Amino acid sequence: MSEHIVQPRIYIMIFLALMLGTGLTVLAAFYDFPGPLNAVVALTIACLKATLVVLYFMHVRYSGRLIWLVIIAAIFWLAIMFAITFSDYWTRNWLPIS
Amino acid sequence: MPEGLAATHEHASHPALRHHLENMEQQREAGTLGMWVFLVTEIMFFGGMFLAYTLFRYEYPAAFVSASNHLDIKLGALTTGVLIVSSFTMAMAVYSTQIGRQKATIICLILTMILGATFLGVKAIEYHDKYNDQLIPGQLIPWRPFNPEVAKPGDTDPHKLHLIEGATTQNVQLFYWIYFAMTGMHALHMIIGLGIMTVILIMAWRGKFSPEYHAPVEISGLYWHFVDIIWIFLFPLLYLLGRHLEHGG
Repeated sequence: MSEHIVQPRIYIMIFLALMLGTGLTVLAAFYDFPGPLNAVVALTIACLKATLVVLYFMHVRYSGRLIWLVIIAAIFWLAIMFAITFSDYWTRNWLPIS
Repeated sequence: MPEGLAATHEHASHPALRHHLENMEQQREAGTLGMWVFLVTEIMFFGGMFLAYTLFRYEYPAAFVSASNHLDIKLGALTTGVLIVSSFTMAMAVYSTQIGRQKATIICLILTMILGATFLGVKAIEYHDKYNDQLIPGQLIPWRPFNPEVAKPGDTDPHKLHLIEGATTQNVQLFYWIYFAMTGMHALHMIIGLGIMTVILIMAWRGKFSPEYHAPVEISGLYWHFVDIIWIFLFPLLYLLGRHLEHGG
Protein backbone atom coordinates (compact mmCIF):
# COMPACT_ATOMS: atom_id res chain seq x y z
CA MET A 1 0.00 0.00 0.00
CA SER A 2 1.46 3.33 -0.99
CA GLU A 3 1.87 6.08 1.54
CA HIS A 4 -0.77 8.74 2.00
CA ILE A 5 0.62 12.22 2.64
CA VAL A 6 -1.64 14.16 5.01
CA GLN A 7 -1.88 17.78 3.90
CA PRO A 8 -1.01 20.65 6.31
CA ARG A 9 -4.57 21.97 5.98
CA ILE A 10 -5.83 18.85 7.79
CA TYR A 11 -3.10 19.11 10.44
CA ILE A 12 -4.09 22.73 11.13
CA MET A 13 -7.76 21.78 11.45
CA ILE A 14 -6.95 18.95 13.86
CA PHE A 15 -4.66 21.26 15.83
CA LEU A 16 -7.44 23.86 16.18
CA ALA A 17 -9.92 21.15 17.19
CA LEU A 18 -7.50 19.94 19.90
CA MET A 19 -7.05 23.49 21.24
CA LEU A 20 -10.82 23.95 21.24
CA GLY A 21 -11.21 20.66 23.12
CA THR A 22 -8.69 21.80 25.73
CA GLY A 23 -10.57 25.09 26.18
CA LEU A 24 -13.89 23.27 26.48
CA THR A 25 -12.64 20.80 29.05
CA VAL A 26 -11.25 23.67 31.20
CA LEU A 27 -14.56 25.56 30.87
CA ALA A 28 -16.52 22.43 31.76
CA ALA A 29 -14.42 22.09 34.93
CA PHE A 30 -15.87 25.37 36.23
CA TYR A 31 -19.42 24.35 35.45
CA ASP A 32 -21.21 21.70 37.49
CA PHE A 33 -23.08 19.01 35.66
CA PRO A 34 -25.44 16.85 37.71
CA GLY A 35 -24.13 13.65 39.30
CA PRO A 36 -21.36 11.70 37.60
CA LEU A 37 -21.70 13.73 34.37
CA ASN A 38 -18.64 15.87 35.21
CA ALA A 39 -16.33 12.90 34.82
CA VAL A 40 -18.23 11.71 31.75
CA VAL A 41 -17.89 15.11 30.04
CA ALA A 42 -14.16 15.43 30.87
CA LEU A 43 -13.38 11.89 29.72
CA THR A 44 -15.48 12.18 26.56
CA ILE A 45 -13.56 15.29 25.53
CA ALA A 46 -10.25 13.59 26.37
CA CYS A 47 -11.22 10.50 24.33
CA LEU A 48 -12.27 12.64 21.36
CA LYS A 49 -8.97 14.55 21.48
CA ALA A 50 -6.99 11.30 21.72
CA THR A 51 -8.94 9.85 18.78
CA LEU A 52 -8.14 12.89 16.63
CA VAL A 53 -4.43 12.58 17.48
CA VAL A 54 -4.40 8.86 16.70
CA LEU A 55 -6.37 9.11 13.45
CA TYR A 56 -4.69 12.15 11.92
CA PHE A 57 -1.39 13.04 13.62
CA MET A 58 -0.49 9.35 13.87
CA HIS A 59 -1.90 8.62 10.39
CA VAL A 60 -3.95 5.63 11.54
CA ARG A 61 -6.87 6.69 9.37
CA TYR A 62 -4.63 6.07 6.36
CA SER A 63 -2.90 2.96 7.74
CA GLY A 64 -3.45 -0.68 6.93
CA ARG A 65 -5.71 -3.08 8.79
CA LEU A 66 -2.81 -4.59 10.72
CA ILE A 67 -2.26 -1.28 12.56
CA TRP A 68 -5.99 -1.05 13.31
CA LEU A 69 -5.92 -4.59 14.69
CA VAL A 70 -3.00 -3.76 17.00
CA ILE A 71 -4.76 -0.67 18.38
CA ILE A 72 -8.11 -2.41 18.86
CA ALA A 73 -6.30 -5.24 20.66
CA ALA A 74 -4.69 -2.66 22.99
CA ILE A 75 -8.03 -1.04 23.83
CA PHE A 76 -9.63 -4.46 24.31
CA TRP A 77 -6.94 -5.64 26.73
CA LEU A 78 -7.08 -2.34 28.62
CA ALA A 79 -10.84 -2.81 28.94
CA ILE A 80 -10.31 -6.34 30.31
CA MET A 81 -7.91 -5.01 32.95
CA PHE A 82 -10.39 -2.34 34.09
CA ALA A 83 -13.51 -4.54 33.86
CA ILE A 84 -12.16 -7.46 35.85
CA THR A 85 -10.62 -5.26 38.54
CA PHE A 86 -13.83 -3.29 38.96
CA SER A 87 -16.00 -6.40 38.96
CA ASP A 88 -14.19 -7.09 42.24
CA TYR A 89 -14.31 -3.59 43.80
CA TRP A 90 -17.93 -2.82 42.90
CA THR A 91 -19.28 -6.09 44.23
CA ARG A 92 -17.25 -6.34 47.44
CA ASN A 93 -20.02 -5.14 49.75
CA TRP A 94 -22.92 -6.81 47.97
CA LEU A 95 -22.93 -9.67 50.43
CA PRO A 96 -22.72 -9.20 54.19
CA ILE A 97 -19.50 -10.49 55.69
CA SER A 98 -20.47 -13.23 58.11
CA MET B 1 22.34 -16.10 -8.22
CA PRO B 2 22.99 -15.06 -11.86
CA GLU B 3 25.11 -11.98 -12.09
CA GLY B 4 22.53 -9.96 -13.99
CA LEU B 5 19.85 -10.45 -11.32
CA ALA B 6 22.20 -9.42 -8.56
CA ALA B 7 23.07 -6.30 -10.49
CA THR B 8 19.42 -5.22 -10.97
CA HIS B 9 18.69 -5.87 -7.32
CA GLU B 10 21.63 -3.72 -6.26
CA HIS B 11 20.56 -1.00 -8.62
CA ALA B 12 16.97 -0.86 -7.29
CA SER B 13 17.71 -0.73 -3.57
CA HIS B 14 17.99 2.40 -1.48
CA PRO B 15 21.13 2.62 0.72
CA ALA B 16 18.94 2.64 3.83
CA LEU B 17 17.10 -0.58 2.84
CA ARG B 18 17.94 -3.53 5.13
CA HIS B 19 18.77 -6.69 3.24
CA HIS B 20 15.99 -8.76 4.85
CA LEU B 21 13.24 -6.48 3.51
CA GLU B 22 11.88 -6.36 -0.03
CA ASN B 23 11.60 -2.62 -0.57
CA MET B 24 11.39 0.74 1.20
CA GLU B 25 7.61 0.60 1.44
CA GLN B 26 7.67 -2.75 3.22
CA GLN B 27 10.46 -1.54 5.49
CA ARG B 28 8.49 1.56 6.46
CA GLU B 29 5.35 -0.45 7.21
CA ALA B 30 7.28 -3.01 9.25
CA GLY B 31 8.84 -0.22 11.30
CA THR B 32 5.49 1.47 11.88
CA LEU B 33 3.93 -1.80 12.99
CA GLY B 34 6.85 -2.41 15.36
CA MET B 35 6.40 1.02 16.92
CA TRP B 36 2.68 0.42 17.40
CA VAL B 37 3.32 -2.90 19.11
CA PHE B 38 5.72 -1.08 21.45
CA LEU B 39 3.06 1.59 22.06
CA VAL B 40 0.60 -1.16 23.06
CA THR B 41 2.98 -2.19 25.84
CA GLU B 42 3.15 1.49 26.83
CA ILE B 43 -0.66 1.73 26.87
CA MET B 44 -0.79 -1.25 29.24
CA PHE B 45 2.01 0.25 31.38
CA PHE B 46 0.29 3.62 31.80
CA GLY B 47 -3.06 1.79 31.91
CA GLY B 48 -2.02 0.15 35.18
CA MET B 49 -1.43 3.59 36.70
CA PHE B 50 -4.72 4.91 35.35
CA LEU B 51 -6.38 1.90 36.95
CA ALA B 52 -4.74 2.67 40.30
CA TYR B 53 -5.89 6.28 40.00
CA THR B 54 -9.48 5.22 39.24
CA LEU B 55 -9.62 2.75 42.14
CA PHE B 56 -8.29 5.15 44.75
CA ARG B 57 -10.44 8.00 43.46
CA TYR B 58 -13.43 5.68 43.84
CA GLU B 59 -12.37 4.78 47.39
CA TYR B 60 -11.36 8.27 48.62
CA PRO B 61 -13.24 10.88 46.53
CA ALA B 62 -13.01 13.65 49.17
CA ALA B 63 -9.24 13.36 49.59
CA PHE B 64 -8.74 13.29 45.81
CA VAL B 65 -10.76 16.49 45.40
CA SER B 66 -8.85 18.23 48.17
CA ALA B 67 -5.50 17.21 46.71
CA SER B 68 -6.52 17.95 43.12
CA ASN B 69 -7.62 21.44 44.08
CA HIS B 70 -4.09 22.23 45.22
CA LEU B 71 -2.82 21.81 41.64
CA ASP B 72 -2.66 24.92 39.46
CA ILE B 73 -5.19 24.66 36.61
CA LYS B 74 -3.53 27.53 34.72
CA LEU B 75 -0.18 25.78 34.61
CA GLY B 76 -1.91 22.49 33.73
CA ALA B 77 -3.78 24.11 30.83
CA LEU B 78 -0.60 25.86 29.69
CA THR B 79 1.37 22.60 29.54
CA THR B 80 -1.51 20.90 27.71
CA GLY B 81 -1.50 23.66 25.09
CA VAL B 82 2.29 23.52 24.75
CA LEU B 83 2.16 19.75 24.15
CA ILE B 84 -0.59 20.05 21.55
CA VAL B 85 1.42 22.69 19.65
CA SER B 86 4.47 20.39 19.85
CA SER B 87 2.41 17.53 18.39
CA PHE B 88 1.39 19.84 15.55
CA THR B 89 4.98 20.86 14.81
CA MET B 90 5.95 17.16 14.96
CA ALA B 91 3.25 16.31 12.41
CA MET B 92 4.56 19.15 10.22
CA ALA B 93 8.11 17.77 10.56
CA VAL B 94 6.86 14.44 9.18
CA TYR B 95 5.06 16.24 6.36
CA SER B 96 8.20 18.25 5.52
CA THR B 97 10.31 15.10 5.16
CA GLN B 98 7.59 13.42 3.09
CA ILE B 99 7.80 16.23 0.52
CA GLY B 100 11.60 16.44 0.86
CA ARG B 101 12.05 19.86 2.46
CA GLN B 102 15.10 19.46 4.66
CA LYS B 103 15.18 23.00 6.06
CA ALA B 104 11.51 22.95 7.07
CA THR B 105 12.03 19.53 8.69
CA ILE B 106 14.89 20.88 10.80
CA ILE B 107 12.92 23.97 11.85
CA CYS B 108 9.88 21.86 12.83
CA LEU B 109 12.03 19.42 14.81
CA ILE B 110 13.77 22.27 16.68
CA LEU B 111 10.38 23.86 17.48
CA THR B 112 9.09 20.50 18.73
CA MET B 113 12.10 20.15 21.01
CA ILE B 114 11.79 23.71 22.34
CA LEU B 115 8.12 23.08 23.16
CA GLY B 116 8.96 19.76 24.80
CA ALA B 117 11.61 21.47 26.92
CA THR B 118 9.09 24.22 27.81
CA PHE B 119 6.69 21.54 29.05
CA LEU B 120 9.42 20.07 31.27
CA GLY B 121 10.32 23.54 32.54
CA VAL B 122 6.75 24.28 33.64
CA LYS B 123 6.56 20.81 35.17
CA ALA B 124 9.73 21.60 37.15
CA ILE B 125 8.11 24.81 38.46
CA GLU B 126 5.05 22.81 39.55
CA TYR B 127 7.21 20.18 41.25
CA HIS B 128 9.11 22.92 43.03
CA ASP B 129 5.81 24.40 44.31
CA LYS B 130 4.90 20.99 45.70
CA TYR B 131 8.36 20.77 47.28
CA ASN B 132 7.85 24.16 48.97
CA ASP B 133 4.41 23.15 50.24
CA GLN B 134 5.81 19.83 51.56
CA LEU B 135 3.49 17.79 49.36
CA ILE B 136 6.10 15.39 47.93
CA PRO B 137 4.87 12.07 49.35
CA GLY B 138 6.60 9.91 51.91
CA GLN B 139 10.34 10.35 52.33
CA LEU B 140 11.04 10.77 48.60
CA ILE B 141 12.92 13.93 49.58
CA PRO B 142 14.61 12.78 52.80
CA TRP B 143 15.06 16.29 54.21
CA ARG B 144 11.55 17.41 53.25
CA PRO B 145 9.05 14.61 53.98
CA PHE B 146 5.32 14.84 53.28
CA ASN B 147 3.97 17.29 55.85
CA PRO B 148 1.58 19.86 54.32
CA GLU B 149 0.14 22.65 56.43
CA VAL B 150 -3.61 22.12 56.73
CA ALA B 151 -5.68 25.30 56.33
CA LYS B 152 -8.18 26.20 59.00
CA PRO B 153 -11.77 27.11 57.97
CA GLY B 154 -11.76 30.59 56.39
CA ASP B 155 -8.06 30.51 55.56
CA THR B 156 -7.61 30.93 51.78
CA ASP B 157 -3.82 30.59 51.54
CA PRO B 158 -3.35 28.51 48.33
CA HIS B 159 -0.12 27.02 49.68
CA LYS B 160 -1.97 25.30 52.50
CA LEU B 161 -3.94 22.10 52.09
CA HIS B 162 -7.69 22.70 52.10
CA LEU B 163 -9.35 19.50 53.26
CA ILE B 164 -13.04 19.05 52.48
CA GLU B 165 -15.28 16.93 54.67
CA GLY B 166 -14.22 13.29 54.75
CA ALA B 167 -10.69 13.94 53.48
CA THR B 168 -7.62 13.00 55.49
CA THR B 169 -4.05 14.16 55.01
CA GLN B 170 -3.04 10.50 54.72
CA ASN B 171 -5.29 9.93 51.72
CA VAL B 172 -4.18 13.21 50.16
CA GLN B 173 -0.70 11.71 50.31
CA LEU B 174 -2.03 8.75 48.30
CA PHE B 175 -3.17 11.16 45.58
CA TYR B 176 0.29 12.68 45.51
CA TRP B 177 1.96 9.27 45.19
CA ILE B 178 -0.19 8.68 42.10
CA TYR B 179 0.33 12.24 40.85
CA PHE B 180 4.12 11.99 41.06
CA ALA B 181 4.22 8.44 39.67
CA MET B 182 2.10 9.35 36.65
CA THR B 183 3.47 12.81 35.86
CA GLY B 184 6.99 11.58 36.68
CA MET B 185 6.75 8.65 34.25
CA HIS B 186 5.24 11.01 31.70
CA ALA B 187 8.08 13.50 32.19
CA LEU B 188 10.61 10.65 31.82
CA HIS B 189 8.97 9.77 28.50
CA MET B 190 9.28 13.41 27.46
CA ILE B 191 13.00 13.39 28.32
CA ILE B 192 13.48 10.18 26.29
CA GLY B 193 11.46 11.82 23.50
CA LEU B 194 13.82 14.81 23.53
CA GLY B 195 16.76 12.38 23.25
CA ILE B 196 15.14 10.66 20.25
CA MET B 197 14.42 14.04 18.64
CA THR B 198 18.08 15.04 19.08
CA VAL B 199 19.14 11.95 17.09
CA ILE B 200 16.48 12.61 14.42
CA LEU B 201 17.55 16.25 14.22
CA ILE B 202 21.20 15.28 13.64
CA MET B 203 20.12 12.78 10.97
CA ALA B 204 17.98 15.44 9.28
CA TRP B 205 20.87 17.90 9.49
CA ARG B 206 23.14 15.43 7.71
CA GLY B 207 20.55 15.03 4.96
CA LYS B 208 19.75 11.37 5.70
CA PHE B 209 16.04 11.73 4.94
CA SER B 210 14.21 11.96 1.66
CA PRO B 211 10.65 11.29 0.40
CA GLU B 212 11.76 7.65 -0.12
CA TYR B 213 13.32 7.32 3.32
CA HIS B 214 11.68 9.15 6.21
CA ALA B 215 10.50 6.29 8.41
CA PRO B 216 12.65 7.33 11.43
CA VAL B 217 10.95 10.75 11.54
CA GLU B 218 7.51 9.21 11.26
CA ILE B 219 8.12 6.49 13.84
CA SER B 220 9.63 8.93 16.36
CA GLY B 221 6.59 11.11 15.70
CA LEU B 222 4.32 8.23 16.72
CA TYR B 223 6.12 8.05 20.06
CA TRP B 224 5.89 11.83 20.53
CA HIS B 225 2.14 11.87 19.80
CA PHE B 226 1.60 8.94 22.16
CA VAL B 227 3.23 10.85 25.03
CA ASP B 228 0.94 13.78 24.14
CA ILE B 229 -2.12 11.50 24.36
CA ILE B 230 -1.13 10.35 27.86
CA TRP B 231 -1.09 14.01 28.94
CA ILE B 232 -4.47 14.63 27.26
CA PHE B 233 -5.87 12.14 29.81
CA LEU B 234 -3.71 13.16 32.77
CA PHE B 235 -4.72 16.84 32.57
CA PRO B 236 -8.47 16.44 33.20
CA LEU B 237 -8.05 13.51 35.60
CA LEU B 238 -5.46 15.14 37.86
CA TYR B 239 -6.18 18.87 37.52
CA LEU B 240 -9.81 19.34 36.53
CA LEU B 241 -12.08 16.68 37.97
CA GLY B 242 -11.37 17.82 41.52
CA ARG B 243 -12.99 21.17 40.86
CA HIS B 244 -16.53 19.79 41.08
CA LEU B 245 -16.93 17.82 44.28
CA GLU B 246 -15.53 20.78 46.18
CA HIS B 247 -19.02 22.21 46.36
CA GLY B 248 -20.68 18.85 46.64
CA GLY B 249 -21.47 18.35 42.94
